[in-house]
Amino acid sequence: MRLFTHNMLSSNIKGVANGFPLRIEVDQVVEKQVDFNPDFLRNMFPKLEWKALVDAARTLGYTELPEEADSSMLESEEFLRKLHHALLEIHLEEGALVCPETGRKFPVNKGIPNMLLHEDEV
Amino acid sequence: MSPKTAQIRLVSSHPEVYEPCDDSFALVDALLADRTNILDHCPRLCLEVGCGSGYVIASLALMLGQELPGVYYFATDINPHALRVTRETLDAHAVDAELMCMDIASGLEKRLAGMVDVMVVNPPYVPTPDYEVGREGIASAWAGGENGRSVIDRILPVADRLLSDKGWLYMVTLTTNDPSQICLLMRKKGYASRIVVQRSTEEESLHIIKFWRDSDIQLDTKEILTTNKSVPARVKDSLVSQFSQLSFWRGKLIRSQRRRVRTAAEDHSIQITAFMSCICLIKSQSSKKRIVIDISSGVGKDRVTENPEPIFLSGKSTWSPRH
Repeated sequence: MRLFTHNMLSSNIKGVANGFPLRIEVDQVVEKQVDFNPDFLRNMFPKLEWKALVDAARTLGYTELPEEADSSMLESEEFLRKLHHALLEIHLEEGALVCPETGRKFPVNKGIPNMLLHEDEV
Repeated sequence: MSPKTAQIRLVSSHPEVYEPCDDSFALVDALLADRTNILDHCPRLCLEVGCGSGYVIASLALMLGQELPGVYYFATDINPHALRVTRETLDAHAVDAELMCMDIASGLEKRLAGMVDVMVVNPPYVPTPDYEVGREGIASAWAGGENGRSVIDRILPVADRLLSDKGWLYMVTLTTNDPSQICLLMRKKGYASRIVVQRSTEEESLHIIKFWRDSDIQLDTKEILTTNKSVPARVKDSLVSQFSQLSFWRGKLIRSQRRRVRTAAEDHSIQITAFMSCICLIKSQSSKKRIVIDISSGVGKDRVTENPEPIFLSGKSTWSPRH
Protein backbone atom coordinates (compact mmCIF):
# COMPACT_ATOMS: atom_id res chain seq x y z
CA MET A 1 0.00 0.00 0.00
CA ARG A 2 1.45 3.32 -1.08
CA LEU A 3 1.11 6.46 0.98
CA PHE A 4 -1.00 8.08 -1.71
CA THR A 5 -3.52 5.32 -1.08
CA HIS A 6 -3.18 5.87 2.67
CA ASN A 7 -3.96 9.55 2.10
CA MET A 8 -7.19 8.55 0.33
CA LEU A 9 -8.36 5.94 2.84
CA SER A 10 -10.51 6.51 5.87
CA SER A 11 -12.27 4.40 8.44
CA ASN A 12 -15.87 3.91 7.47
CA ILE A 13 -17.16 2.40 10.70
CA LYS A 14 -20.70 3.39 11.62
CA GLY A 15 -20.71 6.35 13.95
CA VAL A 16 -17.16 7.44 13.16
CA ALA A 17 -17.25 11.13 12.29
CA ASN A 18 -14.02 11.60 10.40
CA GLY A 19 -11.98 8.41 10.44
CA PHE A 20 -8.96 10.11 8.91
CA PRO A 21 -6.03 9.76 8.90
CA LEU A 22 -5.64 6.11 9.74
CA ARG A 23 -2.73 5.57 12.10
CA ILE A 24 -0.13 3.18 10.74
CA GLU A 25 1.43 0.23 12.51
CA VAL A 26 4.47 -1.01 10.64
CA ASP A 27 5.76 -4.56 10.43
CA GLN A 28 7.42 -4.32 7.04
CA VAL A 29 8.09 -1.55 4.55
CA VAL A 30 9.28 -2.12 1.00
CA GLU A 31 10.46 0.36 -1.60
CA LYS A 32 9.75 -0.03 -5.30
CA GLN A 33 11.03 2.42 -7.86
CA VAL A 34 8.54 3.91 -10.26
CA ASP A 35 9.00 6.42 -13.07
CA PHE A 36 8.99 10.05 -11.98
CA ASN A 37 5.87 11.80 -13.20
CA PRO A 38 5.78 15.47 -12.11
CA ASP A 39 2.39 16.08 -13.76
CA PHE A 40 0.75 13.49 -11.58
CA LEU A 41 2.29 15.05 -8.47
CA ARG A 42 1.25 18.57 -9.41
CA ASN A 43 -2.29 17.40 -10.05
CA MET A 44 -2.61 15.43 -6.87
CA PHE A 45 -0.90 17.91 -4.57
CA PRO A 46 -4.05 20.01 -3.95
CA LYS A 47 -5.94 16.86 -2.96
CA LEU A 48 -3.44 15.74 -0.35
CA GLU A 49 -3.82 16.09 3.38
CA TRP A 50 -0.25 17.22 3.88
CA LYS A 51 0.12 16.60 7.59
CA ALA A 52 -1.27 13.09 7.24
CA LEU A 53 1.29 12.40 4.52
CA VAL A 54 4.22 13.78 6.50
CA ASP A 55 3.24 11.75 9.56
CA ALA A 56 2.67 8.58 7.54
CA ALA A 57 6.01 8.94 5.75
CA ARG A 58 7.76 9.47 9.06
CA THR A 59 6.11 6.35 10.50
CA LEU A 60 7.50 4.42 7.54
CA GLY A 61 10.95 5.88 8.15
CA TYR A 62 11.06 8.66 5.56
CA THR A 63 11.70 12.05 7.14
CA GLU A 64 12.62 14.25 4.16
CA LEU A 65 9.21 15.89 3.65
CA PRO A 66 8.87 19.44 4.98
CA GLU A 67 6.37 20.07 7.79
CA GLU A 68 4.47 22.54 5.66
CA ALA A 69 4.05 22.70 1.93
CA ASP A 70 2.34 25.01 -0.51
CA SER A 71 1.87 24.91 -4.25
CA SER A 72 4.82 27.22 -4.94
CA MET A 73 7.09 24.36 -3.90
CA LEU A 74 5.89 22.37 -6.92
CA GLU A 75 8.37 24.45 -8.94
CA SER A 76 11.23 22.73 -7.18
CA GLU A 77 12.38 19.44 -8.67
CA GLU A 78 13.99 18.51 -5.40
CA PHE A 79 10.65 18.85 -3.62
CA LEU A 80 8.84 16.91 -6.34
CA ARG A 81 11.37 14.06 -6.12
CA LYS A 82 10.78 13.79 -2.39
CA LEU A 83 7.03 13.91 -2.84
CA HIS A 84 7.27 11.27 -5.57
CA HIS A 85 9.24 8.97 -3.29
CA ALA A 86 6.93 9.45 -0.32
CA LEU A 87 3.68 9.07 -2.26
CA LEU A 88 4.52 6.35 -4.73
CA GLU A 89 7.66 4.42 -3.85
CA ILE A 90 7.30 3.53 -0.18
CA HIS A 91 4.90 0.69 0.49
CA LEU A 92 3.46 -0.57 3.73
CA GLU A 93 3.79 -4.28 2.98
CA GLU A 94 2.83 -5.74 6.36
CA GLY A 95 1.22 -3.98 9.28
CA ALA A 96 -2.08 -2.40 10.14
CA LEU A 97 -4.15 0.75 9.76
CA VAL A 98 -5.81 1.95 12.92
CA CYS A 99 -9.05 3.93 13.06
CA PRO A 100 -8.20 7.22 14.83
CA GLU A 101 -11.51 7.29 16.66
CA THR A 102 -12.26 3.71 17.66
CA GLY A 103 -8.82 2.11 17.63
CA ARG A 104 -10.15 -0.67 15.38
CA LYS A 105 -7.30 -2.25 13.42
CA PHE A 106 -7.46 -2.98 9.73
CA PRO A 107 -4.72 -5.46 8.84
CA VAL A 108 -2.40 -4.92 5.87
CA ASN A 109 -1.02 -8.15 4.40
CA LYS A 110 1.10 -8.36 1.28
CA GLY A 111 0.45 -4.68 0.77
CA ILE A 112 -3.34 -5.14 0.72
CA PRO A 113 -5.33 -3.36 3.43
CA ASN A 114 -8.42 -5.22 4.57
CA MET A 115 -11.03 -2.55 5.23
CA LEU A 116 -13.97 -4.96 5.50
CA LEU A 117 -16.27 -4.10 8.36
CA HIS A 118 -17.99 -6.48 10.74
CA GLU A 119 -21.78 -6.58 10.62
CA ASP A 120 -22.14 -4.43 13.73
CA GLU A 121 -19.85 -1.77 12.27
CA VAL A 122 -21.86 -1.13 9.12
CA MET B 1 0.33 -3.39 -33.26
CA SER B 2 -2.96 -3.86 -31.52
CA PRO B 3 -3.13 -2.76 -27.90
CA LYS B 4 -2.34 -5.38 -25.34
CA THR B 5 -4.77 -6.93 -22.92
CA ALA B 6 -4.13 -9.42 -20.17
CA GLN B 7 -3.34 -12.95 -21.33
CA ILE B 8 -5.58 -15.66 -20.02
CA ARG B 9 -2.65 -18.00 -19.42
CA LEU B 10 -1.13 -15.39 -17.12
CA VAL B 11 -4.31 -14.76 -15.17
CA SER B 12 -4.02 -16.39 -11.77
CA SER B 13 -6.85 -18.38 -10.22
CA HIS B 14 -8.31 -19.68 -6.98
CA PRO B 15 -11.35 -21.90 -6.38
CA GLU B 16 -13.10 -19.00 -4.61
CA VAL B 17 -12.39 -16.39 -7.30
CA TYR B 18 -14.42 -15.78 -10.43
CA GLU B 19 -12.45 -16.59 -13.56
CA PRO B 20 -12.57 -14.32 -16.61
CA CYS B 21 -15.66 -15.18 -18.59
CA ASP B 22 -17.87 -13.68 -21.31
CA ASP B 23 -18.79 -10.70 -19.17
CA SER B 24 -15.13 -9.93 -18.37
CA PHE B 25 -14.23 -10.22 -22.06
CA ALA B 26 -17.11 -7.97 -23.06
CA LEU B 27 -15.99 -5.35 -20.55
CA VAL B 28 -12.40 -5.43 -21.78
CA ASP B 29 -13.65 -5.28 -25.37
CA ALA B 30 -15.66 -2.20 -24.46
CA LEU B 31 -12.58 -0.56 -22.95
CA LEU B 32 -10.60 -1.48 -26.07
CA ALA B 33 -13.32 -0.09 -28.30
CA ASP B 34 -13.21 3.16 -26.33
CA ARG B 35 -9.44 3.14 -25.79
CA THR B 36 -8.64 6.04 -28.09
CA ASN B 37 -11.19 8.16 -26.27
CA ILE B 38 -9.79 7.12 -22.91
CA LEU B 39 -6.30 8.08 -24.07
CA ASP B 40 -7.55 11.50 -25.18
CA HIS B 41 -9.32 11.77 -21.86
CA CYS B 42 -5.98 11.53 -19.98
CA PRO B 43 -7.28 9.86 -16.83
CA ARG B 44 -5.11 10.16 -13.73
CA LEU B 45 -7.00 7.88 -11.39
CA CYS B 46 -8.74 4.69 -12.47
CA LEU B 47 -10.73 2.43 -10.19
CA GLU B 48 -12.11 -1.04 -10.66
CA VAL B 49 -14.74 -2.17 -8.20
CA GLY B 50 -14.87 -5.95 -7.87
CA CYS B 51 -11.61 -6.87 -9.59
CA GLY B 52 -11.96 -10.66 -9.15
CA SER B 53 -9.15 -12.38 -11.04
CA GLY B 54 -7.57 -9.06 -12.02
CA TYR B 55 -8.12 -9.67 -15.73
CA VAL B 56 -9.89 -6.36 -16.31
CA ILE B 57 -7.67 -4.04 -14.27
CA ALA B 58 -4.54 -5.68 -15.73
CA SER B 59 -5.96 -5.24 -19.22
CA LEU B 60 -6.81 -1.60 -18.58
CA ALA B 61 -3.32 -0.91 -17.23
CA LEU B 62 -1.78 -2.68 -20.23
CA MET B 63 -3.87 -0.96 -22.87
CA LEU B 64 -3.23 2.51 -21.42
CA GLY B 65 0.24 1.92 -20.05
CA GLN B 66 2.38 2.67 -23.08
CA GLU B 67 0.78 6.00 -23.92
CA LEU B 68 -0.25 7.03 -20.43
CA PRO B 69 2.45 6.27 -17.91
CA GLY B 70 1.80 7.45 -14.37
CA VAL B 71 -1.89 6.60 -14.18
CA TYR B 72 -2.79 5.50 -10.66
CA TYR B 73 -4.92 2.36 -10.58
CA PHE B 74 -7.05 1.29 -7.63
CA ALA B 75 -8.88 -2.02 -7.46
CA THR B 76 -11.21 -3.25 -4.75
CA ASP B 77 -12.98 -6.51 -4.03
CA ILE B 78 -15.01 -7.76 -1.11
CA ASN B 79 -13.36 -11.18 -1.44
CA PRO B 80 -9.83 -11.29 0.07
CA HIS B 81 -8.87 -14.23 -2.17
CA ALA B 82 -9.69 -12.12 -5.22
CA LEU B 83 -7.15 -9.48 -4.25
CA ARG B 84 -4.37 -12.01 -3.84
CA VAL B 85 -5.24 -13.47 -7.25
CA THR B 86 -5.37 -9.98 -8.74
CA ARG B 87 -1.92 -9.23 -7.31
CA GLU B 88 -0.54 -12.36 -9.02
CA THR B 89 -2.24 -11.47 -12.29
CA LEU B 90 -0.83 -7.94 -12.18
CA ASP B 91 2.67 -9.19 -11.34
CA ALA B 92 2.55 -11.70 -14.18
CA HIS B 93 1.84 -8.83 -16.59
CA ALA B 94 4.36 -6.47 -14.99
CA VAL B 95 1.72 -3.84 -14.23
CA ASP B 96 0.65 -2.41 -10.90
CA ALA B 97 -2.46 -1.31 -9.05
CA GLU B 98 -3.29 -0.50 -5.47
CA LEU B 99 -5.47 -3.27 -4.08
CA MET B 100 -7.88 -2.95 -1.21
CA CYS B 101 -10.31 -5.35 0.36
CA MET B 102 -13.56 -3.50 0.93
CA ASP B 103 -17.26 -3.46 0.19
CA ILE B 104 -17.54 -1.51 -3.11
CA ALA B 105 -15.34 1.49 -2.21
CA SER B 106 -16.34 2.07 1.39
CA GLY B 107 -12.93 3.21 2.68
CA LEU B 108 -12.36 5.55 -0.27
CA GLU B 109 -15.66 7.36 -0.48
CA LYS B 110 -14.72 10.31 1.69
CA ARG B 111 -11.27 11.19 0.43
CA LEU B 112 -11.45 10.00 -3.16
CA ALA B 113 -14.76 11.77 -3.88
CA GLY B 114 -14.73 13.55 -7.22
CA MET B 115 -11.31 12.23 -8.21
CA VAL B 116 -11.86 9.08 -10.26
CA ASP B 117 -11.61 9.61 -14.02
CA VAL B 118 -12.34 6.08 -15.17
CA MET B 119 -14.32 3.58 -13.14
CA VAL B 120 -15.00 0.04 -14.33
CA VAL B 121 -17.40 -2.39 -12.74
CA ASN B 122 -18.44 -5.90 -13.55
CA PRO B 123 -20.95 -6.19 -10.73
CA PRO B 124 -22.64 -9.28 -9.34
CA TYR B 125 -25.62 -9.02 -11.66
CA VAL B 126 -27.17 -12.47 -11.58
CA PRO B 127 -30.71 -12.55 -10.15
CA THR B 128 -30.62 -14.60 -6.96
CA PRO B 129 -32.55 -14.79 -3.73
CA ASP B 130 -31.65 -11.76 -1.63
CA TYR B 131 -30.16 -13.87 1.16
CA GLU B 132 -27.37 -14.96 -1.21
CA VAL B 133 -26.13 -11.39 -1.61
CA GLY B 134 -23.02 -10.50 0.37
CA ARG B 135 -22.02 -14.10 1.03
CA GLU B 136 -18.35 -14.81 1.33
CA GLY B 137 -16.25 -16.25 -1.45
CA ILE B 138 -17.07 -16.64 -5.09
CA ALA B 139 -20.83 -16.09 -4.63
CA SER B 140 -20.03 -12.41 -4.07
CA ALA B 141 -18.96 -12.29 -7.72
CA TRP B 142 -22.41 -13.07 -9.03
CA ALA B 143 -25.17 -12.96 -6.39
CA GLY B 144 -27.18 -9.88 -7.32
CA GLY B 145 -30.43 -10.33 -5.43
CA GLU B 146 -33.76 -9.39 -6.94
CA ASN B 147 -33.38 -8.76 -10.67
CA GLY B 148 -29.63 -8.79 -10.04
CA ARG B 149 -29.91 -5.20 -8.88
CA SER B 150 -29.09 -5.31 -5.14
CA VAL B 151 -25.41 -4.53 -5.51
CA ILE B 152 -25.70 -2.49 -8.72
CA ASP B 153 -28.11 -0.11 -6.99
CA ARG B 154 -25.57 0.39 -4.21
CA ILE B 155 -22.74 0.96 -6.66
CA LEU B 156 -24.45 3.73 -8.65
CA PRO B 157 -24.47 6.37 -5.88
CA VAL B 158 -20.87 5.46 -5.00
CA ALA B 159 -19.86 5.97 -8.63
CA ASP B 160 -21.63 9.32 -8.63
CA ARG B 161 -19.70 10.33 -5.54
CA LEU B 162 -16.29 9.15 -6.71
CA LEU B 163 -16.31 10.20 -10.36
CA SER B 164 -14.56 13.43 -11.27
CA ASP B 165 -16.36 16.04 -13.33
CA LYS B 166 -14.98 14.39 -16.43
CA GLY B 167 -15.29 10.89 -15.01
CA TRP B 168 -16.54 7.92 -16.98
CA LEU B 169 -18.14 4.76 -15.65
CA TYR B 170 -18.16 1.51 -17.60
CA MET B 171 -20.52 -1.10 -16.20
CA VAL B 172 -21.61 -4.59 -17.22
CA THR B 173 -25.33 -5.23 -17.06
CA LEU B 174 -27.63 -8.04 -17.97
CA THR B 175 -30.93 -7.51 -19.77
CA THR B 176 -32.67 -8.83 -16.65
CA ASN B 177 -31.12 -5.96 -14.65
CA ASP B 178 -33.27 -3.58 -16.70
CA PRO B 179 -30.37 -1.49 -18.05
CA SER B 180 -32.75 1.12 -19.39
CA GLN B 181 -34.01 1.79 -15.91
CA ILE B 182 -30.39 1.98 -14.69
CA CYS B 183 -29.70 4.60 -17.37
CA LEU B 184 -32.77 6.49 -16.23
CA LEU B 185 -31.63 6.41 -12.62
CA MET B 186 -28.24 7.76 -13.69
CA ARG B 187 -29.92 10.35 -15.89
CA LYS B 188 -31.61 11.68 -12.78
CA LYS B 189 -28.17 12.05 -11.24
CA GLY B 190 -27.10 14.01 -14.32
CA TYR B 191 -25.47 11.30 -16.40
CA ALA B 192 -25.81 10.52 -20.05
CA SER B 193 -25.14 6.99 -21.18
CA ARG B 194 -24.52 4.80 -24.15
CA ILE B 195 -24.03 1.15 -24.86
CA VAL B 196 -20.43 0.46 -25.85
CA VAL B 197 -20.73 -3.29 -26.37
CA GLN B 198 -23.78 -5.47 -26.61
CA ARG B 199 -23.30 -9.19 -26.65
CA SER B 200 -25.60 -12.16 -26.46
CA THR B 201 -24.27 -15.47 -25.28
CA GLU B 202 -26.23 -18.67 -24.88
CA GLU B 203 -27.04 -17.84 -21.30
CA GLU B 204 -27.29 -14.12 -21.16
CA SER B 205 -27.51 -10.85 -23.01
CA LEU B 206 -24.89 -8.39 -21.82
CA HIS B 207 -24.63 -4.66 -22.22
CA ILE B 208 -21.53 -2.69 -21.36
CA ILE B 209 -22.81 0.79 -20.63
CA LYS B 210 -20.74 3.91 -20.40
CA PHE B 211 -21.94 6.80 -18.23
CA TRP B 212 -20.64 10.34 -18.17
CA ARG B 213 -21.78 13.56 -16.61
CA ASP B 214 -24.23 15.52 -18.63
CA SER B 215 -22.63 18.82 -17.61
CA ASP B 216 -19.98 18.10 -20.25
CA ILE B 217 -22.73 18.20 -22.79
CA GLN B 218 -24.06 21.40 -21.36
CA LEU B 219 -20.62 22.96 -21.55
CA ASP B 220 -20.45 21.95 -25.17
CA THR B 221 -23.83 23.49 -25.61
CA LYS B 222 -22.63 26.82 -24.37
CA GLU B 223 -19.71 26.65 -26.68
CA ILE B 224 -21.74 26.07 -29.80
CA LEU B 225 -24.17 28.76 -28.84
CA THR B 226 -21.45 31.29 -28.25
CA THR B 227 -19.09 30.38 -31.03
CA ASN B 228 -21.65 29.28 -33.58
CA LYS B 229 -19.31 26.71 -35.03
CA SER B 230 -20.71 23.97 -37.17
CA VAL B 231 -19.95 20.30 -36.99
CA PRO B 232 -17.06 19.47 -39.28
CA ALA B 233 -18.07 17.27 -42.19
CA ARG B 234 -15.67 14.52 -41.19
CA VAL B 235 -17.29 14.26 -37.80
CA LYS B 236 -20.66 13.98 -39.37
CA ASP B 237 -19.43 11.33 -41.77
CA SER B 238 -17.95 9.32 -38.99
CA LEU B 239 -21.22 9.54 -37.12
CA VAL B 240 -23.14 8.27 -40.07
CA SER B 241 -20.71 5.46 -40.74
CA GLN B 242 -20.70 4.42 -37.11
CA PHE B 243 -24.39 4.37 -37.02
CA SER B 244 -24.58 1.49 -39.47
CA GLN B 245 -22.41 -0.58 -37.16
CA LEU B 246 -24.56 -0.07 -34.15
CA SER B 247 -27.03 -2.80 -34.79
CA PHE B 248 -28.46 -2.58 -31.32
CA TRP B 249 -29.83 0.81 -32.02
CA ARG B 250 -31.89 -0.51 -34.85
CA GLY B 251 -33.99 -2.19 -32.22
CA LYS B 252 -37.57 -1.54 -31.47
CA LEU B 253 -36.78 0.80 -28.64
CA ILE B 254 -34.63 3.22 -30.57
CA ARG B 255 -36.98 3.21 -33.53
CA SER B 256 -39.83 4.36 -31.39
CA GLN B 257 -37.57 6.95 -29.87
CA ARG B 258 -36.46 8.26 -33.21
CA ARG B 259 -40.03 8.64 -34.24
CA ARG B 260 -40.62 10.82 -31.23
CA VAL B 261 -37.53 12.86 -31.92
CA ARG B 262 -38.48 13.32 -35.56
CA THR B 263 -41.91 14.52 -34.56
CA ALA B 264 -40.45 16.92 -32.07
CA ALA B 265 -37.85 18.10 -34.55
CA GLU B 266 -40.55 18.90 -37.09
CA ASP B 267 -42.27 20.99 -34.49
CA HIS B 268 -39.06 23.00 -34.17
CA SER B 269 -38.51 23.24 -37.94
CA ILE B 270 -35.30 21.34 -37.73
CA GLN B 271 -34.16 18.63 -40.02
CA ILE B 272 -32.53 15.47 -38.78
CA THR B 273 -29.48 14.49 -40.77
CA ALA B 274 -28.24 11.49 -38.82
CA PHE B 275 -28.83 9.42 -35.76
CA MET B 276 -26.06 7.85 -33.83
CA SER B 277 -26.41 5.78 -30.72
CA CYS B 278 -27.45 8.11 -27.98
CA ILE B 279 -27.45 11.32 -29.94
CA CYS B 280 -28.95 12.45 -33.16
CA LEU B 281 -27.40 14.94 -35.45
CA ILE B 282 -29.82 17.44 -36.80
CA LYS B 283 -29.70 20.54 -38.84
CA SER B 284 -31.55 23.62 -37.90
CA GLN B 285 -33.17 25.21 -40.87
CA SER B 286 -33.94 28.42 -39.11
CA SER B 287 -30.52 29.13 -37.69
CA LYS B 288 -28.47 27.35 -40.37
CA LYS B 289 -26.61 25.66 -37.58
CA ARG B 290 -25.96 22.00 -37.31
CA ILE B 291 -26.85 20.84 -33.87
CA VAL B 292 -27.04 17.66 -31.93
CA ILE B 293 -29.78 16.55 -29.63
CA ASP B 294 -28.97 14.19 -26.85
CA ILE B 295 -31.54 11.46 -26.67
CA SER B 296 -29.52 9.21 -24.46
CA SER B 297 -32.10 9.26 -21.74
CA GLY B 298 -32.76 6.70 -24.19
CA VAL B 299 -34.75 4.44 -22.77
CA GLY B 300 -37.35 6.60 -21.27
CA LYS B 301 -38.25 10.10 -22.17
CA ASP B 302 -36.22 12.06 -24.61
CA ARG B 303 -35.29 15.60 -24.08
CA VAL B 304 -36.85 17.04 -27.15
CA THR B 305 -40.27 16.07 -26.06
CA GLU B 306 -39.50 16.81 -22.47
CA ASN B 307 -38.41 20.38 -23.04
CA PRO B 308 -39.93 22.74 -25.55
CA GLU B 309 -36.38 24.01 -26.18
CA PRO B 310 -34.20 21.17 -27.38
CA ILE B 311 -30.77 20.95 -25.83
CA PHE B 312 -28.18 21.68 -28.45
CA LEU B 313 -24.60 20.73 -28.24
CA SER B 314 -21.47 20.04 -30.14
CA GLY B 315 -19.63 22.08 -32.66
CA LYS B 316 -16.15 21.04 -31.78
CA SER B 317 -14.56 17.95 -33.15
CA THR B 318 -13.97 16.53 -29.73
CA TRP B 319 -17.55 16.10 -28.71
CA SER B 320 -18.51 13.04 -30.40
CA PRO B 321 -18.09 9.92 -31.49
CA ARG B 322 -16.50 9.63 -28.09
CA HIS B 323 -19.79 9.60 -26.31
